[in-house]
Amino acid sequence: MSQRAIPKIAFFDFTCCEGCQLTVVDSLQDHPELLAAVEIVQFREAMTERGEDYQVAFIEGSCSRPADKDRLQAIREKASVVVALGACAHLGGVNALKYLQPLETSRQYVYGDKAGWYETGEVLPIDAVIPVDFAIPGCPIDRGEFLTCVKALLLGKKPPIPDYPLCVECKLRENACLFTRGKVCMGPVTRAGCGAICPTYGQMCESCRGFISNPNDPSLRDLLAKHGLSVEDMTMQYTLYNTYQVREELMRRQSFHG
Amino acid sequence: MGKRINVHYVTRIEGHGDIVVEVGDGKLKDCRFEVVEAPRFFESMLHGRHYSEASQITSRICGICSTGHATTSVRATEKALGVEPSEQTRLLRKLAFFGEILDSHVLHAYMLVAPDFFGVGSVIPLVATHREVVLRALRMKKLAGDLCAVVNGRHTHPIAMTVGGFTHFPRVDELEGLYLRFEAARVDADATVELFSSLTFPAFERETEYISLALPDEYAFIDGEIVSSDGVVLPVEAYKNVTNEYLVEYSSAKLARHQRDSYMVGALARFNNNYALLHSRAKKAAGALGLKPKVTNPYLNTAAQVVEIVHCVEESMVTIDELLERGVQWEELAPPKLQAGQGVGACEVPRGLLIHNYSIGADGKLTGADCVIPTNQNIASIEADMCALVPRIINKSADAMRLDLEMLVRAYDPCISCSVHVVKVDGLK
Repeated sequence: MSQRAIPKIAFFDFTCCEGCQLTVVDSLQDHPELLAAVEIVQFREAMTERGEDYQVAFIEGSCSRPADKDRLQAIREKASVVVALGACAHLGGVNALKYLQPLETSRQYVYGDKAGWYETGEVLPIDAVIPVDFAIPGCPIDRGEFLTCVKALLLGKKPPIPDYPLCVECKLRENACLFTRGKVCMGPVTRAGCGAICPTYGQMCESCRGFISNPNDPSLRDLLAKHGLSVEDMTMQYTLYNTYQVREELMRRQSFHG
Repeated sequence: MGKRINVHYVTRIEGHGDIVVEVGDGKLKDCRFEVVEAPRFFESMLHGRHYSEASQITSRICGICSTGHATTSVRATEKALGVEPSEQTRLLRKLAFFGEILDSHVLHAYMLVAPDFFGVGSVIPLVATHREVVLRALRMKKLAGDLCAVVNGRHTHPIAMTVGGFTHFPRVDELEGLYLRFEAARVDADATVELFSSLTFPAFERETEYISLALPDEYAFIDGEIVSSDGVVLPVEAYKNVTNEYLVEYSSAKLARHQRDSYMVGALARFNNNYALLHSRAKKAAGALGLKPKVTNPYLNTAAQVVEIVHCVEESMVTIDELLERGVQWEELAPPKLQAGQGVGACEVPRGLLIHNYSIGADGKLTGADCVIPTNQNIASIEADMCALVPRIINKSADAMRLDLEMLVRAYDPCISCSVHVVKVDGLK
C-alpha cells in the first residue's frame, strides 16, 4: 500500500465571528490525534506561521469587500479542495441581512459623515466568487459533522451532507414538534445534520444550514400563515441566514417574468 | 537608523489588526494599531427585528464571547420591557457565564499567549514538546464548553437562553456530573497558576484608568454599576459618559476615551477594581502570580485572566451547589410588563465591559440599538502602551521589537470581529 502524504491544510477567515474556527479548535478537545493526520500550514487565529503551500483551504466568513475577491481567487488557484466553513461562507449568513436596508443607510448609521473612510460592498457566499468543492453548513458548524467531513476528505471521498429536512432528525430525537407547542419552526425546509439542536433546546430552527434542494415551500408558508404569521413575519424567518438566497430567487423570478 | 515595524496582521488574536510603528533617528515617529477587519453593520440586522431575535443575532457578533453578547442582549431587552427574571434564571445565566469566561481565558492564556513564552509560533508544536500542558488546556476548555452546553445547548451561540428565562433546563444528574468534574478540575486550575507563575512577563508599567462593572456583594460579570479606578461611579444607563466613542480613518473599529486619553477594560481592570470580591482561592492564586492591585503592567492582563480562571472554577461549583440545593424547576418565561421602552444591558465579558442599548417599539420590534464592545474601548489604550513601550525598546532589533509589540497586543486579548461589528441605529436618545 502506498504511503499517503499528509495533506497540508490552511484556514482563512473573511467577514464572520470566527465561531466556526473556534468550533474547529473545540473539535480537537476529543480528537487531538487529528493534528497528526494533517499538517496545518496557516490558521491566523491560532498560529503565527503562514505557509502558502496547501492542498485544502477551509474558508470561514462571507466575502464583503472588493479586496476579498482577490484574496479568494488567490486561494482557489493554490488549493485543490476549497471548503466553505459555516453559514457565512456557505450562505452569506447573518452578514447578508444588511441587504434588507439600503447600504448607504447602514454606513451612515454606523459611521456617520466618516462613512467614506471604510470600504464595504456586497455580501456574497464564497461560491458566488470562486468554485467551492463543498460546504460544511451551520451557524456555527456542528463539531461532529466537521470531524466526519475531515475523515471523508482524508479518504478522498465527498462528505455526506444530508439533503433531507431537519424534521427527520427532530423526530428521531423524539422532540415534541414546536408547532404543537404554540411556536413556529423552519425545520420542514431546512437541511438536517445538526441533530435538530435548536428545537431540542426549545427554540425554533432558523435555517442556519440553508434550505434542502427540494423544499416544500408552499406547504410551510401555509402552515406559518395558519400559525398567525404575516408575510412580513415570514420574511423575517426566511431571511435570518438566507437573505442572499431569498434575494437571488426574487431577482431570478423577476428577470424570468421580464 | 530608521526602523519600520509593520505587522500585517497580528496573528493569534481574534480578527484582523495591524501594528504600524515607525522609528527614525532613534525617535518614535509613528505608532498605530490599525483595525482592518471588514465592517459588518449589525444595525441593519437588528433594525425591525423582533426583540426575541436580538440575542440570537447579536450572539453572531462574536463566536468566542457569544454567551456574553446573548446575556447582555437579553438584559437590555428585559430592562427595556420591564421583565423580571427569576432567581433560577439569574443563577443559570451566571453559571453559563462562568463557562464562557473560563473557555475564553483558557483559549487565550494557553493557545494564544503561551506559545510566545515557549518560543514557538502556535500551540501545535507544544503537542509534541509539552503534551500535558496542551491536554490540560483542552480538558479545561472542554469542561467550560460542556458547562455552557448543559445550560444553553452549546457553547458557541447559546440556544436556550432568551428574554425572560430559558427554554430548556439542565437535569440534576447533568449538574451533579459537572460538579464532580469541576472538583477534579481544581488540579488543572492549580497547575495553570503554577505554569503562569513560572513565566517571566515583560517588565513594563503604564498606569491608566481601569474601568469595569461592580456589584456590592459579588465579583461582577452580569449587571452592576460602572466604576473607574479614578473614582467615578455611574449607572450603566450613563455609559456614554464613559465611552465617548470616536472614529479614526485607519481603523474600522471605533475608539473610546473617558477622562484621560484612554482607559483599559478586561480582566486586569476587573482585578484592580473588584479584587476584594474574588474567591479566596483566586486571591491565593493572585498571590502566587505576584499580583496585587493595582497592577499597571498590561502584559499581566493574562495573569489576571489566570486568577479569574480559578475564580470561575470555584464559583461554578458554588452556583451548581446552589442550583442543586434549590432544585431546577421548569419555568415559564417571565413576561414583559411594558409594551415598548428603552433599556441598557451591561456585562463583563472575557475582554471587558460590554454594553447593549435597545429601543423597542410597541410592536415588539427594535427601533434602535447601540453596542459598545470591550476591544473598542481598549484600542486607544493599546496604542498608548505601544507609544510608551517603543522608546524603551528602541535599541532592540526590529524582530525583537516586533515580538514585544505583538505580545503587548495579544495581552489585551483583542477581539476584532467584535470591534467592527458596531451596532448603532438612529432613534436612541
